[in-house]
Amino acid sequence: MTEAYIYDAVRTPRGKGKSSGSLHEITSLSLATQVLQAIRDRNDLDTSKVDDVVLGCVSPVGEQGADIARVAVLNADYAETTAGVQVDRFCASGLEACNMAASKVMTGEADMAIGGGVESMSRVPMGASGGAWSTDPQVAIKSYFTPQGIGADTIATKYGFSRDDVDAFAVESQKRAARAWAEGRFAKSIIPVKDQMGGIRLDHDEHMRPDADMQSLAALQPSFAGMGAMGFDEIIKQRYPEVEKINHVHHAGNSSGIVDGASAVLFGSKEMGERLGLKPRARVRAMASIGSEPGIMLTGPTYVSQKVLKKAGMNPEDIDLYELNEAFASVVLLMMQNLNIPHDKMNVNGGAIAMGHPLGATGGMLVGTVLDELERTGKETGLMTLCVGAGMGTATIIERV
Amino acid sequence: MKLETFGWEVDADGIAHAVFDVPGRSMNTLTGKAVADIIAFTNEVATNEAIKGLVISSGKPSGFCAGADLGEMGQRAGGGEKKELSEAELKKQQFEQGFSLNGTLRKLETCGKPVAVALNGLALGGGLEVALACHYRVAANDNPKLQFGLPEAKIGLLPGAGGTQRLPRLVGVQAALPLILQGESFNAEKALAMGVVQELAASSETVAKAKAWVKANPKAKAPWDEKGFKVPGGVPHKSPGAGQVATMANMMVASKTYGNYPAQKNILSCIYEGIQVPIDAGLRIETRYFINTQQRPEAKAMIRSLFLSMQELSKGANRPAGHPKTEFRKIAVIGAGLMGAGIAYVQAKAGIPTVLVDVSKENAEKGKDYSRRLVEKDVSRGKSTKEKGDALLELITTTDNYDDVKGADLVVEAVFENEELKAKITQMAEAVLDENAVFGSNTSTLPITGLAKASKRPENFIGIHFFSPVERMGLVEIISGKETSEATLAKAVDYVLAIRKTPIAVNDSRGFYTSRCFGTYTREGMEMLAEGIKPAIIENVGRQCGMPMGALEVTDSVGIDTALKVTRATAEAMGADVQGDERTQFLAWLVEDQGRVGRKAGKGFYDYNEKGKPERLWPDINKMIEVKVDECSPELKKELTSRFLVRQAIEVARCFDEGVITDARDADIGSILAWGFAPFTGGCCSYVDLFWGIKGFVAEADRLAAKYGDRFAPPALLRDMAAKGEGFYDRFPPAGTKAAAAA
Repeated sequence: MTEAYIYDAVRTPRGKGKSSGSLHEITSLSLATQVLQAIRDRNDLDTSKVDDVVLGCVSPVGEQGADIARVAVLNADYAETTAGVQVDRFCASGLEACNMAASKVMTGEADMAIGGGVESMSRVPMGASGGAWSTDPQVAIKSYFTPQGIGADTIATKYGFSRDDVDAFAVESQKRAARAWAEGRFAKSIIPVKDQMGGIRLDHDEHMRPDADMQSLAALQPSFAGMGAMGFDEIIKQRYPEVEKINHVHHAGNSSGIVDGASAVLFGSKEMGERLGLKPRARVRAMASIGSEPGIMLTGPTYVSQKVLKKAGMNPEDIDLYELNEAFASVVLLMMQNLNIPHDKMNVNGGAIAMGHPLGATGGMLVGTVLDELERTGKETGLMTLCVGAGMGTATIIERV
Repeated sequence: MKLETFGWEVDADGIAHAVFDVPGRSMNTLTGKAVADIIAFTNEVATNEAIKGLVISSGKPSGFCAGADLGEMGQRAGGGEKKELSEAELKKQQFEQGFSLNGTLRKLETCGKPVAVALNGLALGGGLEVALACHYRVAANDNPKLQFGLPEAKIGLLPGAGGTQRLPRLVGVQAALPLILQGESFNAEKALAMGVVQELAASSETVAKAKAWVKANPKAKAPWDEKGFKVPGGVPHKSPGAGQVATMANMMVASKTYGNYPAQKNILSCIYEGIQVPIDAGLRIETRYFINTQQRPEAKAMIRSLFLSMQELSKGANRPAGHPKTEFRKIAVIGAGLMGAGIAYVQAKAGIPTVLVDVSKENAEKGKDYSRRLVEKDVSRGKSTKEKGDALLELITTTDNYDDVKGADLVVEAVFENEELKAKITQMAEAVLDENAVFGSNTSTLPITGLAKASKRPENFIGIHFFSPVERMGLVEIISGKETSEATLAKAVDYVLAIRKTPIAVNDSRGFYTSRCFGTYTREGMEMLAEGIKPAIIENVGRQCGMPMGALEVTDSVGIDTALKVTRATAEAMGADVQGDERTQFLAWLVEDQGRVGRKAGKGFYDYNEKGKPERLWPDINKMIEVKVDECSPELKKELTSRFLVRQAIEVARCFDEGVITDARDADIGSILAWGFAPFTGGCCSYVDLFWGIKGFVAEADRLAAKYGDRFAPPALLRDMAAKGEGFYDRFPPAGTKAAAAA
């Protein structure tokens, strides 16, 4: 099979996902358009050679609806022969889009394809696309539907992560993100978002709280205790009778932030890269997705990492850098515990707790973050993964070339 | 037109009047004939051009209609064996049968002529559904007994004649959900406020008001047939917020029913799916879910036990025939402790003059204080009046003098569980009693035949086992000793009916029926604990499989000291090494070293708060017993569920084997009311018959016996039943005829 190479990766800064956020007055289409234009312009890309653009988007309704990938292709003035498709694997949509783009190259369906994603959570709120899982009684009851935060708290309870453990992790995420920005570690991938006049609207992640400490986090009330008491705790205990009482430890300060943003990653075959005069930065070594128990929902990263490592013929210690989306602190702590991953290999530049999680766009951002950091530190292999709604996991291993 | 269950006339203005009046019944139900009549008059109204409109009312003073005929319905529930039809033909036939009333009511609603209904009394279930299909509903404002409601869910069914479609369209999904899921009834004022009826009037006026409306509205349409109709509060996936309502409704049902009640889930689906489509499609969806629900064992079990059997037993179905009914002029209760005090209260509440006897007048008065407190509470909550309360208390005479027992028709002895004491009291009472008086002993374990030895009239001696708290527990277990006469049993049944409780009749043995079987649930929990299963797993699985409390919590309620005594006595009786047994050691450690005797001490397996509510499992339980299983997979949960429920059912089977109990209906109702056996199963016998089948149950019991020991071994009786393919309801069918059924 053809190898899939990564030629470039870009992302927007992340704006606070509310009406006061800097990107609230920028459309989702504009965010997606700007990353596509950036990746074209930085690489002097002949877009007629890009066969397909795959964009993740978790709330594909309203202005994000009706295949925003194709609409962004048109708006970005790509060749009209470039196709576009929008995919939804909840929080892993962006990484799934990258894996699909890479797969298209590997199978020969495409010689060059873009993966990535877009989500303006301030403009199209989370949950806007509805869905049957929580609303249709037939599936909701049999699959122990509970909101994600209940699952995150159940992970903390079941696997013994205390409020201090999750808060300490959050503080560290903030510190790492602040240091990374201070040292310009994201500079290679960040493209400032421009406004309607072409002026710069946002050039940094604005969700960060670098001054957060244990004391300030301790003041925050648990976010999911009320929901749990209404009945969701009793539901999750039906699947996990070993849990006597859920310890509700997660709150706004140790969970991923709600933000706006977009990402794009350019994949291609070796031949097409050479023809276009592009230099490959990494190759895709293995990809995987799995399903896991939906009630607790967020345990997928361990299982999908084991699967993708097996496909790559690697062991956990063979990976130089891990990037696991910080949906909730307990999710990352659990995978580190399960696979014995030292904290200095995991999310070394912080994560979504500090910088936010623009649902459909995040996966593509993780690819760029790992790639930049591997290059900066001269390391070889990176594994990106995310926990996913309804109990799934998606992962990718890349290595520099 | 001549109808069997409806009166029919058409007036000079062309307004037809159908008067619901099922012959030979005090209450209208939707019998097969009534449904046929509704089909007939609907066709007449729709096709006869001379008819301009229709008014429906009832000819019964008891109300409009109590709903489906559950006697007929119970026969069809649970899935039948109709092997002559193909799967597709069977489903088609089931749908057509299930849809006949639903489709007819829709036809009536869309016939283009106005239909109004006058509701002078209760309209429940199918009765209310018929009313909801009318364009205009007038209810009486002067009948305090009038109630409306859709109670189908209480017996494992769902409203199948449009109730799940019309009520949400009328009042909104959010308001309709609790009414349908919980089946609670509501009165005329609330019905008017919600829009379930459009007008209130005096009973004598309702028909005229209905007629006037019909005349004034010649082209009536249901709101949902008007152009631009919107469901109040919106529709999931179409209106903001409506998806959230669906999500929260699913949460409520999932968290409260543990997935044990298919009707609850299917009600949610009827509304969720039905409300998103036009009502014609919604009604078809409802019928499909209705049939899906009705075919399940839960529906058959719940209709049979929770409705039919309850009704039959509450009417004295297990009373021996041929004995005159006893009117109780005076009943003496001896022993004014917690039980005696409660018994005195329920007797007085039923209007029976009661003598409450104890060793001192002061003690007897303390017992009466219990009634005083209950009366006070009822008066302060508006459930009773001062006058009624005073009258109740006046019926209780307190004394320490056995002369006051003279002339009692019945003595209920409720002293400590001590054979000597009970013997003494038997003799003291009999010294003053008439020859015909019955002596009833309230004991939960002591064999009646042994106690009766102290009596000079053992044929008049019987066990009357109450449950605590007496005023809240609906069951009374009547135990016949070897020499107890049928006449005495008949009197005891009369007594239990007189105090408005449900009797079951059993025969003598240690622990009788209920106390003996009740203990198996907690003992199985102790076995699991001894195996090293994490306490939270034992408790959660216990509740989730349908028991009212976790096994350890029940043990706390009974008292761990009591459990220790029983365990020691059992071990001794079996010749086991009491000291060396690790279960005994564990309980002794809890009780004797740690002082954790249970809820009464505020600490047992649980820590209790000052209100006596469990706060948490005591974290040190596992200091003595190592936790070996701290995760519960769905497979393990299934295994533990089976151990809990099968173990109890095996004990019930042993009771049948030994002749302790002889009627499947008594056994089922006893298991639900006495110790809370998973109600959705219909009780232990229905659990075996309907959820496993006799052969499947014996196989499961054999499997469990091989794995965990002889406590699961099926008795010879069960093997014989399995060999003959007989369930409990085949081998031990309920005595007497089915009571007339309605709901």
